[in-house]
Amino acid sequence: MSKGRFGKFGGQYVPEALMYALEELEAAYNRFKDDEAFRKEFQTLLNEYAGRPSRLYYAEKLSKAVGGAKIYLKREDLNHTGSHKINNALGQALLAKKMGKTRLIAETGAGQHGVATATAAALLGMDCEVFMGEEDTKRQALNVYRMKLLGAKVHTVMSGTKTLKDAVNECMGEWVTRGEDTHYCLGSAVGPHPFPVIVRDFQACISKEARAQILEKEGKLPKAVVACVGGGSNSIGTFYHFIEDKDVRLIGCEAAGRGVDTFETAATIATGKTGIFHGMKSLFCQDDHGQIAPVYSISAGLDYPGIGPEHAWLYDSGRAQYVPVTDDEAVEAFEYVSREEGIIPAIESSHALSYAVKVAKEYSPEDCIIVCVSGRGDKDVAAIARYRGEELYD
Amino acid sequence: MIDIKTAFEKQKQKAVVAFITAGDPTLQDTERYIELLQESGVDAIEIGIPFSDPIAESHFIQEADLRALQNGVCPDDIFNLLEKIDKKVPFIFMTYANPVFFYGYERFFSRCQQAGVAGIIIPDIPFEENAEVKEIAKKYGVAVLDMVAPVSEKRIQKVCQQAEGFVYLLSDMGTFNIGLESAVKNAKQVTATPICKEFDSTVEDAVKIAQYTDGVIIGSAIVKIIAQHGANADAELKKYLNSVVKAVHSVK
Repeated sequence: MSKGRFGKFGGQYVPEALMYALEELEAAYNRFKDDEAFRKEFQTLLNEYAGRPSRLYYAEKLSKAVGGAKIYLKREDLNHTGSHKINNALGQALLAKKMGKTRLIAETGAGQHGVATATAAALLGMDCEVFMGEEDTKRQALNVYRMKLLGAKVHTVMSGTKTLKDAVNECMGEWVTRGEDTHYCLGSAVGPHPFPVIVRDFQACISKEARAQILEKEGKLPKAVVACVGGGSNSIGTFYHFIEDKDVRLIGCEAAGRGVDTFETAATIATGKTGIFHGMKSLFCQDDHGQIAPVYSISAGLDYPGIGPEHAWLYDSGRAQYVPVTDDEAVEAFEYVSREEGIIPAIESSHALSYAVKVAKEYSPEDCIIVCVSGRGDKDVAAIARYRGEELYD
Repeated sequence: MIDIKTAFEKQKQKAVVAFITAGDPTLQDTERYIELLQESGVDAIEIGIPFSDPIAESHFIQEADLRALQNGVCPDDIFNLLEKIDKKVPFIFMTYANPVFFYGYERFFSRCQQAGVAGIIIPDIPFEENAEVKEIAKKYGVAVLDMVAPVSEKRIQKVCQQAEGFVYLLSDMGTFNIGLESAVKNAKQVTATPICKEFDSTVEDAVKIAQYTDGVIIGSAIVKIIAQHGANADAELKKYLNSVVKAVHSVK
């Protein structure tokens, strides 16, 4: 069995032309991950620049309105650039810089990872080029301009379904032709080893903080930890330090789009099968002949036909549970939490909030649960208005 | 099943391996084009099983795959077609991990054997991951070919040590390159398996590559001609193949 396995999932299923770059990255990561100076520099960036630790906020009004467990929100939306993506982008940009790379490339769906990478590149004085599907550049026009403001070049991807999957394809192709000065800053906990490990480690600050914060506030662990899952970076970061706490339920919320019984869905665990794609053995939405299926979700950030290998393993081993949440349910939660708590969550995070409300009802007010608000919803306001039939454009 | 070896046994002549995407534009056309390839004197034929996301491919082959998939071509159709073709040269598959994994390794390679397919190239299953297919393919007499990139001597030798069929040497990439001559030299130090390298389109490129290798692989030239002429590519294909085959076969 090859490197980077989570049970039978993971591995390094990439074209030979990428193996050299992956070997180089793995060697560098192994060298720097425990390096005292690197860790200190990374932690300083997280604290001073990104604004960590993020708050663990008791949403009292929301909790009482729901009438169940206390709902704590892990406020990744308050990070610089407005989402959890900055954690990993800063980590990888710093690592790339130590490796002597001068240029970052990145894929992006909703644009949050693209913005985070462009931000890290600007800060560390590196060139940045972001690949974004044509569909997503339309859905998230504001983020495209934001990346340009930050000095990045944005490539519109016209191939395939013109979404996140195709942006990843383009990045892999680009990295093959220019590995010497370029690091591929992958934004989700997917892809070939060592990416799922690197992204998880850089995002694990979410659960490391949240675990300490809840123990301080409540003196006990939460009944459940809930996060949204596309490729799975915020969720693996939110779950990681709770994996060993066997009594804490880990719940990943997938984008069901118009429903898991329709073809317009991106719920990989609910509708996918084991396969090999984008460098990993994992679960993927695919057709009857093993072709990767076009997926759909209102959320550009969850619109991906696969899931990270560690999630596939957490699911397979029964440690975590994954549930589908539809567009309608996510939009309702988006509006409900905005109204009830004065927090406008990203449409991605709204998938988690939607299900968290149901989970909270299973428990009493003496119990608590944690939900990761992976990003803020400003970027989604125009799209949600249109969803509700209002003519509002960015 | 015609062994891949036979492509390299013709009086030390350099081999021409020709790639074609199955089902582009239709399987009926593919059947006729395969006949045409065999008549043109190529030494081995590589059949592409289309995949939705062929990430290691040029845009020309990506588009050919999409055209074939839009026509609903699936592995069973391709196996059925190959079973009825009278083969004069070795046949090899080129496809991605997922269609093979989804079909089931055991079932896939057993059908390769029935259809007379002697080898397979799976670009997204590198050396480190190929044990899971190699063992099963071997049971059915199917060789799993390795690709190598001309980037690192150590890596070339590691991959080539256990090579079977022929070694598929990739085109130069970006700035990490050790050059064709030294890549071949490195590979030859550890394996007696023939080395072939892909080329883009011109006959001059093919001849230049053949001077250092055991054969050349027509990567996307045939696909480009079919993209342009669709179901009426016969005359253009003949003309192109004749020039490549003649030129490469006369390289000493």
